[in-house]
Amino acid sequence: MATISFSLDDRYNAFITTLAEADTGPGPLSGIPIAVKDNISTRGIPTTCASRILEGYVPPYDAHVVTLLKNAGAAIVGKTNMDEFGMGTTTENSAFGPTKNPADPTRVPGGSSGGSAAAVASGMVRMALGTDTGGSIRCPAAFCGIVGHKPTYGRVSRYGLVAYANSLEQIGPMARSVADISLLMKVLAGHDPRDSTSVNCPYSHIPDPDVSGLKIGVPEEFFGEGVDPRVASVVWDAISLLERKGAALITCRMPSMAYALAAYYVTCTSEAGSNLARFDGVRYGPPADTKLPWHEAFQQRRRDGFGTEVKRRIMLGTFVLSSGYYGKYYAKAQVARRQVREDFERLFSTVDVIAGPTMPTVAFRFGEKTDPLSMYLSDILTVPANLAGIPAISVPCGTSEGLPVGLQIMGPQFADERVIDVAAAFEQGSGR
Amino acid sequence: MVSERDVQHIAELADIGIDKEELEEFTGRINEILTYFDILDKVPLGEPKKADLVNIFREDVVESSLHHDEVLANTHAAEDGFFRAPRVM
Repeated sequence: MATISFSLDDRYNAFITTLAEADTGPGPLSGIPIAVKDNISTRGIPTTCASRILEGYVPPYDAHVVTLLKNAGAAIVGKTNMDEFGMGTTTENSAFGPTKNPADPTRVPGGSSGGSAAAVASGMVRMALGTDTGGSIRCPAAFCGIVGHKPTYGRVSRYGLVAYANSLEQIGPMARSVADISLLMKVLAGHDPRDSTSVNCPYSHIPDPDVSGLKIGVPEEFFGEGVDPRVASVVWDAISLLERKGAALITCRMPSMAYALAAYYVTCTSEAGSNLARFDGVRYGPPADTKLPWHEAFQQRRRDGFGTEVKRRIMLGTFVLSSGYYGKYYAKAQVARRQVREDFERLFSTVDVIAGPTMPTVAFRFGEKTDPLSMYLSDILTVPANLAGIPAISVPCGTSEGLPVGLQIMGPQFADERVIDVAAAFEQGSGR
Repeated sequence: MVSERDVQHIAELADIGIDKEELEEFTGRINEILTYFDILDKVPLGEPKKADLVNIFREDVVESSLHHDEVLANTHAAEDGFFRAPRVM
């Protein structure tokens, strides 16, 4: 076991915690500095989820993915900034201040894995781990101009990930090249009995950039209302490049897109309301006042510990699950979620992958999105993959107004290899 | 639509302490979002199909877990090997 020294000029506020020295060992990731999003537990290293409610918390165990990274020889050099508990699209909702986008420091890096994206895009680390509940790997990858992959649900263990919305979220790789995404997937994927949703489906693949004969579905809805025409045009050029390399394009429809965003936000807030009940100042984080009565103590602790967006989502989740409203919101959201899944199943019976933009616009300016609903709406193109549990990758495909644009490739469940191949084909064809 | 009183009630149910001054803002934003959620009323009727899931059980045998000291390491109020919590009564 050797150690590597790591000193950095964190001018983008990408990190919450950095380590001056990190252990590294033999293995496929030997000597490679890797950053880990701060909602993934690291034994002996503070893990805050960018929340004041976890200030001072030092996990007594490693997340399964962290154990895997260490076994592969990686040097974990720091914990990255994020939207508090993963709730946001800009990394502005962090108790540690926003992260800046290395492509344009007057703009957000996207979120919620904005710190990981900025750390990779600026060259501070070669790779990073992010988490993706509704686009939180792909959005910052697109905004910062790097590659980010959300694996098939169940392919990577969530053991040790601080839960926000269990049925939607996955840990995944972020890097500057598709080859590095593939290298990291090889280390991360596989069965872990400590995650009851873990599937025994290891990854041992070398990207094959041959797309001849591949059928690419292009849903109209991914180029519809709300998508900046300049972004759409850059993405169309990218898809045309794949066509010139031998792929066939098939335009299609995804009617469930009309309900996908509402279904997503009802589901994730419901799960958040329940998951975040554990933060009460008893077992970790700044203490609750044990002299006060129960509810008073918890309310005081949670008022001081949670940011506005987290409070809003906990309240929304509590409301949509409450007696009398469950049928109107949660039950219908699950019907809509099923329809999203069925739409994908129908499309994947005739096409191999689906392509579209990752985000409807380029990176926002700081403070540009002031109301939560318009922020939520910007997740419309990324949430369908989480609702269906399918793999989705974002690969840089050019610029609009000088800012990075991401091409999103989605595939059937467990076809992570296929979406990575298509991303590799685009990357190679674009000469990046 | 929810009223400020409803939001106050939800906040109490969720043990989220919110300040009086925040109530108006939270209520307005939550109503905007709930109005958007109304689109779910247009979802074509249908029962969510039962997912073909099976529970995964293991034999009830003792496995290794964290040591007591590690479990209590992050609390500010350990007492005789337990967590001290606010009083319930």
